[in-house]
Amino acid sequence: MTKAGLRSKDLLGIEPLSPEEIALILDTAESMREIGRRPIKKVPALRGRMVANLFFEASTRTRFSFETAERWLSADSLNFAARGSSVEKGESLLDTARNLQAMSPDLIVIRHGSPGAPHFLARHLRAGVVNAGDGAHEHPTQALLDALTIRQRFGRIQGLRVLIVGDIAHSRVVRSNIWLLTKLGAKVVVCGPPTLLPPRIGEMGVEETTDFDAALPESEVVMMLRMQLERQGGALYPSVREYFRRYGLTAERLGRAHPDAIVMHPGPMNRGVEIASDVADSPRAVILDQVANGVAVRMAVLYLLLGGHPWEADA
Amino acid sequence: MSAPIWIRGGRVIDPASGRDGVADVLLSDGVVAEVGSPPRPSAAETVEAAGLYVFPGFIDLHAHLREPGREDAETVASGLAAAAAGGFAAVCAMPNTNPVNDNGAITDYVASRARAAGAARLHPIGAITKGQRGEELAEFDEMKAAGAVAVSDDGMWLADGSMLRRALEHAGLVGLTVVQHAEDATLSGGAPMHEGAVSTRLGLRGQPAAAEAAAVARDVLVAELARGRLHVAHLSTARALGIVRSAKSKGIRVTCEVTPHHLTLTDGEVARTGYSTNAKMNPPLREASDVEALVAALAEGAIDAVATDHAPHHPDDKAVEFDRAPFGVVGLETAAAVVFDRLVRPGRLTLARFAEVFSAGPARCFGLPGGSLAAGAPADVTLFDPSAAWRVEPASFRSLSRNSPFAGWELTGRPAATIVGGRIVWRA
Repeated sequence: MTKAGLRSKDLLGIEPLSPEEIALILDTAESMREIGRRPIKKVPALRGRMVANLFFEASTRTRFSFETAERWLSADSLNFAARGSSVEKGESLLDTARNLQAMSPDLIVIRHGSPGAPHFLARHLRAGVVNAGDGAHEHPTQALLDALTIRQRFGRIQGLRVLIVGDIAHSRVVRSNIWLLTKLGAKVVVCGPPTLLPPRIGEMGVEETTDFDAALPESEVVMMLRMQLERQGGALYPSVREYFRRYGLTAERLGRAHPDAIVMHPGPMNRGVEIASDVADSPRAVILDQVANGVAVRMAVLYLLLGGHPWEADA
Repeated sequence: MSAPIWIRGGRVIDPASGRDGVADVLLSDGVVAEVGSPPRPSAAETVEAAGLYVFPGFIDLHAHLREPGREDAETVASGLAAAAAGGFAAVCAMPNTNPVNDNGAITDYVASRARAAGAARLHPIGAITKGQRGEELAEFDEMKAAGAVAVSDDGMWLADGSMLRRALEHAGLVGLTVVQHAEDATLSGGAPMHEGAVSTRLGLRGQPAAAEAAAVARDVLVAELARGRLHVAHLSTARALGIVRSAKSKGIRVTCEVTPHHLTLTDGEVARTGYSTNAKMNPPLREASDVEALVAALAEGAIDAVATDHAPHHPDDKAVEFDRAPFGVVGLETAAAVVFDRLVRPGRLTLARFAEVFSAGPARCFGLPGGSLAAGAPADVTLFDPSAAWRVEPASFRSLSRNSPFAGWELTGRPAATIVGGRIVWRA
């Protein structure tokens, strides 16, 4: 495996990546999957490297996924959750980061509610920074794991029609997926009620629509987003029932998509809100594949950014 | 009384008296004595101005000097020193200090701090309502007696239409202009940037252009009703500009200003800088089509003045996440040079218009003394070196704050000296 093919010390988003860099991460992730099937799930690739996980927002799967990736690569982890930390005592992000810097981590993984918070850290710190979700901006490792999952099912991204449905406005998953999928040649359609479609999203190179039923035919991938009711205060859609009538994915609706269509969801799911339970549990749903691929993708990102040494020899 | 000043051989550009040509200027007893070829009095101090432009002293209609309340970000003295270094002979100071300048005692305090500073002149702007709360009118007469030249709840749009009507009527009686920060907060939601393709891409909430335009539309209609004198602060959108143009054509007494950053930068700056908080101000940076419209309107006279909206913030306050940072950028030390380099040198703004939007234009908006080099006018003069090449280095600002969106810009042209009341207060 060649060393560090990424141009930056940071992964702040998919937007700055080239298609070649994306392909490199996906190919590396493919080879990382094998480690998870070993009886002893550990390689010494990042031995002696320290990764600090800074989660300023609640997260279950992303945090576990990064921690698992770090362990399997033998990196040392430092976990920092905003609750119970000095952030609650009014410490600024910059001071928090500088204190961490003093412990010399090699990489910082950050989840933060403010768009651009990872960019802010990257400007101020020597360590590399991985964006694990910044507000409604980007969530690059999610898009990478989605792409890996799609590629495993279809053998390609190029030429596929990917329909993303739900709260487009507040979703970082959407933005990262749009960049990634369009860079790799997919056709992306975003769908949701007008109140949840951000202005001029079409200028990101996607088609936008409010009509789920009309957008389904020919779609090979149907990606349902979590309806983030906790962010909306009722003003953006009248009720969950109303939402499900128009934008919920039912088995009947799925029947209108491409015959080989797969159903994706970044989680956490609201069964009965954006996705019917039987659809979520059907063979069409690749939601648990996404989770498994998440670890592989994060291993690849950590490995490539930290320039880890080859592990096959001493595995 | 200081000695007379004899400014020799500069190109005097004074739109208010229709002059543009090489001439000598004699300042004496705090006023302009003569422009042309006055004899040099033996006691006069000579200022060599060959190769320089000689403008009426520049006037800034819109600055935040932070005193009282946030003297760690700026003081009246540091702000006026920064103004002088930017070629400004006079600065109008917004009332959103702590406490708010909503009564004669605070107005008097700010004015006295300015006299002690001895740099640029300060013209206080009083609040429209007590505490800028939008509930009860402040005492305009008392603030005017202490030196106030206008009233504004800057930063807070006076949303109550009746209150604005009464403020305009009362300000008319007293002889003050009412200045509005035009932003319908129910539409803008206090969002950290402009709403458009860039805010969508960056995942930030945006303020639609309509939030400004809707506020301006309401304000000019109320100004017409009240027959008052309205000034629109920091106009930033083509939409709102169209409303001001139409109001002016109907004879409504409305004037407006634009900032150097809204004339030269777009919302793309937030993306280009990776969410730099020095690209965050209110109104936010808009789109290229807005910038084009503003530049054209400034050139042809639909916009009356360039104003800085100088908004110093302590570096710690700006070194935070973009959506948590305070709005605002400093501008006193870069305004004239940025507009000269980016608009005058490429031929988009004539030299005469440049002089006007920094002097006579702002003077007319608030009825201020100055803005002219006619005999008898205040001896406020800005000397400008059109060929000086320099680089914007916030570390060397006289302002106590560093939050400039122009850091690192290479510019040609900058103020060479600032004369206030016949006294040289700053020299390059």
